[in-house]
Amino acid sequence: MTRVWLVAWHVFKESVRDRVLFAIVGFAIVLVAASVLIGQITAGQDVKIIKDLGLATIELSGVLMAVFIGVGLVSREIERRSIYSLLAKPLRRWEFVVGKYLGLVGTIVINVALMTLALYAMLAWLQWTTPEAIQRAWLTPVVDPALLKAIVLIVAELALVTAVALFFSTFSSSGLLSAGFTLGVWVVGLFSEDLRGFSALASSPLVGWVVNAVGVVVPAFSAFDIKAAVVHGRPPVSWTYVLLTVGYAAWYAGALVGAAVAVFTRREFT
Amino acid sequence: MSLVLRLDGLTKDFPTGFLGRQRHRALDDVSCELSRGEVFGLLGPNGAGKTTTLKLVMGLLRPTAGRVTLFDRRPDDPRARASVGFLPEHPTFYDHLSAEELLTYFAGLCGLHGTARVAQVARVLDTVSLGDARQRPLRQFSKGMLQRVGLAQALVNDPALVILDEPMSGLDPIGRRDVRELILRLRDEGRTVLFSSHILSDAETLCSRVAILARGRLVATGTTSDLTADHTRGWEITATGLSPAAVAALQAKVARVTRIAHGRYTLELDATQRPEPLVADLVAAGGALESVSPVRATLEDVFLERVS
Repeated sequence: MTRVWLVAWHVFKESVRDRVLFAIVGFAIVLVAASVLIGQITAGQDVKIIKDLGLATIELSGVLMAVFIGVGLVSREIERRSIYSLLAKPLRRWEFVVGKYLGLVGTIVINVALMTLALYAMLAWLQWTTPEAIQRAWLTPVVDPALLKAIVLIVAELALVTAVALFFSTFSSSGLLSAGFTLGVWVVGLFSEDLRGFSALASSPLVGWVVNAVGVVVPAFSAFDIKAAVVHGRPPVSWTYVLLTVGYAAWYAGALVGAAVAVFTRREFT
Repeated sequence: MSLVLRLDGLTKDFPTGFLGRQRHRALDDVSCELSRGEVFGLLGPNGAGKTTTLKLVMGLLRPTAGRVTLFDRRPDDPRARASVGFLPEHPTFYDHLSAEELLTYFAGLCGLHGTARVAQVARVLDTVSLGDARQRPLRQFSKGMLQRVGLAQALVNDPALVILDEPMSGLDPIGRRDVRELILRLRDEGRTVLFSSHILSDAETLCSRVAILARGRLVATGTTSDLTADHTRGWEITATGLSPAAVAALQAKVARVTRIAHGRYTLELDATQRPEPLVADLVAAGGALESVSPVRATLEDVFLERVS
């Protein structure tokens, strides 16, 4: 297991020195700052706007990290031929793949945690600077612990997106193609519930079956989106739902990492 | 001597063409063995199958047929690779790391931790003369320095078998000399070294045994003296006391006559001639025989003959 953590630590180190990460974090900071500005010009909706945009920014920047760093996890090692030296060491291939996965998930978790702290700091500042009379009109607390439910599911979603990116990374030599596939799976996954419902409306049974199959097979990313519910305080989201959805993400990500290990173990390096 | 590496009928096909339906045989029924303490050179022109062989040995490729045994284990067994150091051809690593960070990472993967790891990393960096550049990012390294880093990472686990794919590639004369000295030092420390090269002079200087690959087949294997012994390029006869008339008469019977100091001559015969009749003729002409010696082929001669 030590070797898994060594690989994971190396991924973390590489990610924090990567320009891609800085670009994404920079983008996130700009968006969060923009949410404050937008909040100020939106009468009475500033808290909701900041929460909405803050959570969306955390999710989107996390997805960008998972996709654009994730698709290079394995393929970059092959591209720059460092894989030859690495696999010549007494490192099992599954240790390499699992280490890569855990390293990026760890990087993403730390980034999400930092962005969450920034979001809560901004909300606390808003509460501190807003008169109590106005605060009484707000439907949910400003510094709302319920936001953490959305954050937990964003982390679970990102862990799953990372697993998808890693899976494509193990057999595709084109980073761009892998990124396209991963983003495609994510977008389709956001509509997985709609796709399953669409099968009943399809004119052709075959089209209905195919659409339903796609809706069932792709990860149901729509299930992770509880941002609106926690921001508006309704419908209520239970911790049971959160934990079950995390369990679903863990199961699906585990299956994808397992598939990535299977592909990578069979792979030859010419 | 204990066996370190064994290749048994090693064959490798690569898929080519549309949907990989055709096959290109890169390696064909290659068998050989390496014992502890040997310096073994894998020679061959470009595309002969040297790198393919080494990748099969390291488990980076899987054989189509045949078997690789590394310390009595299969190459995909990490316990087999624990005693092996590998330098790939044209090594590249992580730009964002320093040489010290890279080696610390790799030493950890080899099971080294704590102070033992720190000491070993410092030792191998000094071995490859990179002690002063240990904290510089690898992106600032020249090609020669990267080759040294490659050598250092191959030695970081204190391996019993060191496998080097074209270790002299891209090095200047000083770098090549350093690598040659390093290989000899590894040999003196009792390690086994397997390296591929197409620089025959290096192989001739360093190797206790060589194998020559051509178009994926092993066309010769043995010690350099064994390989060259069967290839006499001709004979060289040294004689004194020959008159100008006798020299003129003998000139017609030999490939070349060269006058050397103090009335001595060397007479060169090609490989198709035997020296005995000429020796009889020059003694009959009043000359005195000093020496008769075969002109041995170089490894290059053997190489060119076998690969052509």
